[in-house]
Amino acid sequence: MIAFILRRLAQAVGVLLAVGFIAFSLFTYIGDPINAMVGQDTSMEDREELRRKLGLDDSPPLQFARFIGNAASGRFGLSYRTSDPVGRLILERLPATLELSLCAAIFAVGLGVPLGVYTGLYPRHWTSRALQAVSLIGISLPTFLIGIMLILFFAVILNVLPSFGRGDTVKFGWWTSGFFTWSGLKALILPSITLGLFQLTLIMRLVRSEMLEVMRTDYIKFARARGLSNRAINFGHALKNTLVPVITITGLQLGAIIAFAIVTETVFAWPGMGQLFVQSVQFGDIPVMAAYLLLVSFFFVVINMIVDLLYFVVDPRLRGMGAAAAGRH
Amino acid sequence: MIPGSNQAPLLEVRNLRVEFPTRRGTLVAVDDVSFSISPGEVLGVVGESGAGKSLTGAAIIGLLEPPGRIAGGEVVLEGERIDNLPYERMRRIRGARIGAIFQDPLTSLNPLYSIGRQLVETIQTHLPLSAADARQRAIDLLKEVGIPGAETRVDHYPHQFSGGMRQRVVIALALCANPRLIVADEPTTALDVSIQAQIIALLKRLCREHGTAVMLVTHDMGVIAETADRVAVMYAGRLAEIGPVRDVVKNASHPYTRGLMGSIPSLGVRTERLTQIDGAMPRLTAIPRGCAFNPRCPDAGQRCTAERPDLMPAGVTRAACWLYHSQGVGPALARETANA
Ligand SMILES: Nc1ncnc2c1ncn2[C@@H]1O[C@H](COP(=O)(O)OP(=O)(O)OP(=O)(O)O)[C@@H](O)[C@H]1O
Ligand code: SF4
Ligand SMILES: [Mg+2]
Repeated sequence: MIAFILRRLAQAVGVLLAVGFIAFSLFTYIGDPINAMVGQDTSMEDREELRRKLGLDDSPPLQFARFIGNAASGRFGLSYRTSDPVGRLILERLPATLELSLCAAIFAVGLGVPLGVYTGLYPRHWTSRALQAVSLIGISLPTFLIGIMLILFFAVILNVLPSFGRGDTVKFGWWTSGFFTWSGLKALILPSITLGLFQLTLIMRLVRSEMLEVMRTDYIKFARARGLSNRAINFGHALKNTLVPVITITGLQLGAIIAFAIVTETVFAWPGMGQLFVQSVQFGDIPVMAAYLLLVSFFFVVINMIVDLLYFVVDPRLRGMGAAAAGRH
Repeated sequence: MIPGSNQAPLLEVRNLRVEFPTRRGTLVAVDDVSFSISPGEVLGVVGESGAGKSLTGAAIIGLLEPPGRIAGGEVVLEGERIDNLPYERMRRIRGARIGAIFQDPLTSLNPLYSIGRQLVETIQTHLPLSAADARQRAIDLLKEVGIPGAETRVDHYPHQFSGGMRQRVVIALALCANPRLIVADEPTTALDVSIQAQIIALLKRLCREHGTAVMLVTHDMGVIAETADRVAVMYAGRLAEIGPVRDVVKNASHPYTRGLMGSIPSLGVRTERLTQIDGAMPRLTAIPRGCAFNPRCPDAGQRCTAERPDLMPAGVTRAACWLYHSQGVGPALARETANA
């Protein structure tokens, strides 16, 4: 098991290095950062001077090593756009995105799993059929459209929920939270639904099909023959056996939620990292883009590690076996 | 001697009928089946694949899978009718008074829970025992079914056991609450030949010790001859013959049973298999009029294609065959010869 964790850690570092390389390439191959920093009328000498000062005349491997070293300690340089330290810019935006993603994930898992269990246990009931049909809409509608429709209905027509921004926030050190004010909580509702709806339908449909499959297995039939209660069979035996695929997908989707927050944040003018990223793309603000890429891939990698560890908790067949057997697929 | 042959029956199945509604009409998979099992008795049930053996067992334990349903008849356990009980009341009978063992021990156990947990939850479902007492009972049961090192094995997971060992665990699970009857549907078919005899011997020993009756569904005539007190032979959803094991195996009355018994290679004796039955059992959608066996029957007469025989006394056994009726099978059939 230790060997397995070490191997996964090594893979995680590999992934982060690869993303780091892509981010680094942005600097080197997409435009000249010097052009982005200086005015039209700066002289050649001044440009060379700046280039030397920033270490841009060093060999690429050296520059890459320095980039990774800086990134690992949270130094991403200065934003081309605002000349602020990128680390600080991102940190300011991080709480907004993480709180939104957390709410969206709770919405998606907290509703998706029970709905999936219900539709899986009673596939012929009309509510299950209706849910199944509605979930198709959730899967096929683009996020921005859902967001706009929600805004139209709840903000414009009913005028009960805000259509943009985070509302009032409370500061805890560098962290700003919308969880502690009424307006902050209200502001979270529509964006969370928009961001989580796709994942909710995905999780619901996955749990449903897994439940249907598990309910047909011999050990469920045998559990019935042993006279166990429906509760014990449905939740103790059946649901637990659906968990491995559900954990996999949920983990992946959690990463996707953080990444896809870009669209939702744009629709709701949500002051998070996604919005920052969109602004950076418009301005060609490569340090911010690079930092965002690295951070999101870091989240992905961490979530994947947690998913892998959860497998061990859920499935005894993986425990005590060689790490080779523990891989997914 | 048949144990308990003079007592009130433990289980009575009367005119059981199992149907599947389908788009093209209703399939009758079990038709007018009646038999009884006495306390402590082992009833073997044999017949070709698709004869309705498993469905009969499933109907008794109340676990027919929809759309299959009991469309007629009754199942009576210790004087109480159980086929029409609400789900929750039947659930309390399953595991407590009727245990079940299925074919495949590899898939009968939940892979994610230790066998101890599965035993304890079954014990506590049916018996008012504390967690510690239930665990002790689980260990005792494992010892009883011959699992070495039961004290440590109780915490192991199904994948850590071999197929034979897993079937022992399944038997322990069926015995958790000391049921009066166990329905065992081909309990050894999925196992290694070398293990099959051990499991059957174990089942036989445990049931004798506990006074548990068994409905033993199997394809293996050797197992039947070894284990059963009486045998029921099923054909196309109906009982063809039922009687004491010795008479059915050695001295069958029904032409189908004779063919079936003739096709067992007896140990050490090279048989010429003269009695092999040609043809196959009819599909449920095309069961012939009269006796369902008539297209394959060497003794069939005209009456066999017109009227359906019910079970009637035939020597020591009871057989569904006009040969044993006072008016016989009627005039011989004019059949076109095979391979004409
Ligand atoms: N869901 C279903 N729909 C329609 N027919 C079914 C269904 N389930 C079973 N049957 C039919 O019922 C008949 C009896 O099935 P059953 O499983 O009892 O046979 P069996 O005697 O146990 O055979 P085997 O020796 O292969 O286990 C079969 O012909 C089968 O085709
Ligand atoms: S009733 Fe007729 S066809 Fe059926 S088994 Fe007896 S002799 Fe054969
Ligand atoms: Mg069967």
